[in-house]
Amino acid sequence: MNILDKEKKLEALEKELSHLDDEDAIQDIRIKIEDYKRRAMKNLTAWDRVLLARHKKRPTAQDVIDNVFDDFIELHGDRKYGDDKAIVGGIGKIGGHVVTVIGEQKGKTTEENIECNFAMPHPEGYRKALRLMRQAQKFNRPIVTLIDTPGAFPGIGAEARGQSEAIAKNLQEMSQFGVPILAVVIGEGGSGGALAIGMGNQVFMLENSIYSILSPEGYASILWKDSSLAQEAAEAMKLTSYDLKELDIIDAIIPEPVGGAHREPEKVYRAIQSTLIQALAYYSQQSPYEIKTGRYAKYRNLGFFQRFNYENLKGVVK
Amino acid sequence: MKREQLKEAFERKKRFKNQLKTYRQKPESAKTPDVPKGLYEKCKECKTTVVVEDLIKNRFVCPNCDNHFRVRAVDRIGITVDEDSFVEKGLGYITLNPLFQDHYEQKISEYKKKTNLDEAYVYGYAEIKRHPCVIGVLDSYFMMGSMGSVVGEKVVKSVEYAMVKRLPLIMFIASGGARMQEGIYSLMQMAKTSGAIQKLNEQGLLYISVLTHPTTGGVSASFASLGDIILAEPKALIGFAGPRVIKQTIKQSLPEGFQTAEFLQDKGMVDKVVHRHEMQETLSKLLSMHEKGGRA
Repeated sequence: MNILDKEKKLEALEKELSHLDDEDAIQDIRIKIEDYKRRAMKNLTAWDRVLLARHKKRPTAQDVIDNVFDDFIELHGDRKYGDDKAIVGGIGKIGGHVVTVIGEQKGKTTEENIECNFAMPHPEGYRKALRLMRQAQKFNRPIVTLIDTPGAFPGIGAEARGQSEAIAKNLQEMSQFGVPILAVVIGEGGSGGALAIGMGNQVFMLENSIYSILSPEGYASILWKDSSLAQEAAEAMKLTSYDLKELDIIDAIIPEPVGGAHREPEKVYRAIQSTLIQALAYYSQQSPYEIKTGRYAKYRNLGFFQRFNYENLKGVVK
Repeated sequence: MKREQLKEAFERKKRFKNQLKTYRQKPESAKTPDVPKGLYEKCKECKTTVVVEDLIKNRFVCPNCDNHFRVRAVDRIGITVDEDSFVEKGLGYITLNPLFQDHYEQKISEYKKKTNLDEAYVYGYAEIKRHPCVIGVLDSYFMMGSMGSVVGEKVVKSVEYAMVKRLPLIMFIASGGARMQEGIYSLMQMAKTSGAIQKLNEQGLLYISVLTHPTTGGVSASFASLGDIILAEPKALIGFAGPRVIKQTIKQSLPEGFQTAEFLQDKGMVDKVVHRHEMQETLSKLLSMHEKGGRA
């Protein structure tokens, strides 16, 4: 039974609650619901978290922007080709700081999703992000990015306009900005499409979000030649926030209410807000040089390998 | 010190020396490139059988139809740099299994035996027509030249080596993308390598990337696309997503010649498509024009 089935059961219980008048019965069901939440909705598997990260009702980047930042003004276009609706960008205020916000936007309905291309950006989207980041650098504004994408869009137009160049350029330039970049994975963090705006000084993840090199379905079909093994792949890939914290890829986990962010979004917005304000306060003490070198050092040291060091043997063996 | 410890250390040293010996042999084997198994090789384009010796003389280009064969790292170095000038750097890296994936170590050791490399990326000092440079080559025969932690680290090390020696950097790319088995670590190598290229830029050093068949995925979306000058071999497959993925996503057939080197030159993503026979000449010209930091 996965989390969506459990959610349905919980909803059925809640529906029952609304039909009742009797005080005692209501109390009974309430206890039942709390109990069910505590037992069944905790200890999620990796696949449960994948389902939650892709949940239809999950807060999108626009929701987070509207509820976490004040006075947000959206800025459109990459000044070269067009405006990609899969990436929302602009300037907003948070806790006394003015910041540039860039987020990957999913829709909630099918029409919305078609408009923003299921949050799969084209090259112009990444170039818009880069333009806004350069602007932030010019005016010494911190950058906050909200990651929620299945990946960069694989299509004919995207390839012709240089999808890989757009992503590579973003990574290259992000490594040298003297303003802090704070990345928050709010849903799916899919591959290069996520990393292209996610090379942050600090990377945060919502508790039930995922961040991986590939979708579990793709992973299963490439490595095991069977896309139906996605659930097993999700376990093997170490894509949950807890796994990635353990591997030291991300800096902190932002907690979600029981049952996922969409159940009590307000709590999640407040948690994101306080995390960001704390991080912004920390970086406001640092010089641009410190911020830049700190970020470079962080990514320079990522990797898991060994090197046989012949020098170490000197003196031990003649 | 305990005797056993000493013995162990001694054996390790011996093993490492043997390893070094095989590496030292590489420039020699580069002179007479590795003969693919058998005397004949079938061309995938025109379906004719080619005598391997002719193929090697012709720089791994089909004499019939001009199809560029995939080339091993050793052979690539052999056909690109001056004889005996290549000195390999960055030895002794050991690939680990960070996410404990099944069969990953076995696979790596199989590839190690097959290719006589310790990872998919080889770099070192070399001279091209007497012009010194740092050359890095991805070997598509080693797990499709995929980028894991070791490849990422070695790419960064080669960039750092170029910065220390103040030499231009040339990279031959042949890669399917990031290595799936190392998961998120492979993804992070994209950021790591791109950041290193930025450092190289700040130092004002030349970086030429040569895209060969195939260049896709995480490698094409990081250091491969960041060359000051991007060359490509004819008909090489270059792109972000593979053609199969694109077909599945958009549910249409792809146009003729889509994602080839010529297509990308047409779209302005590649500086020049260069035939393999002219590669050495082109590179040496470019190197000579960028000596003294580009000032004539």
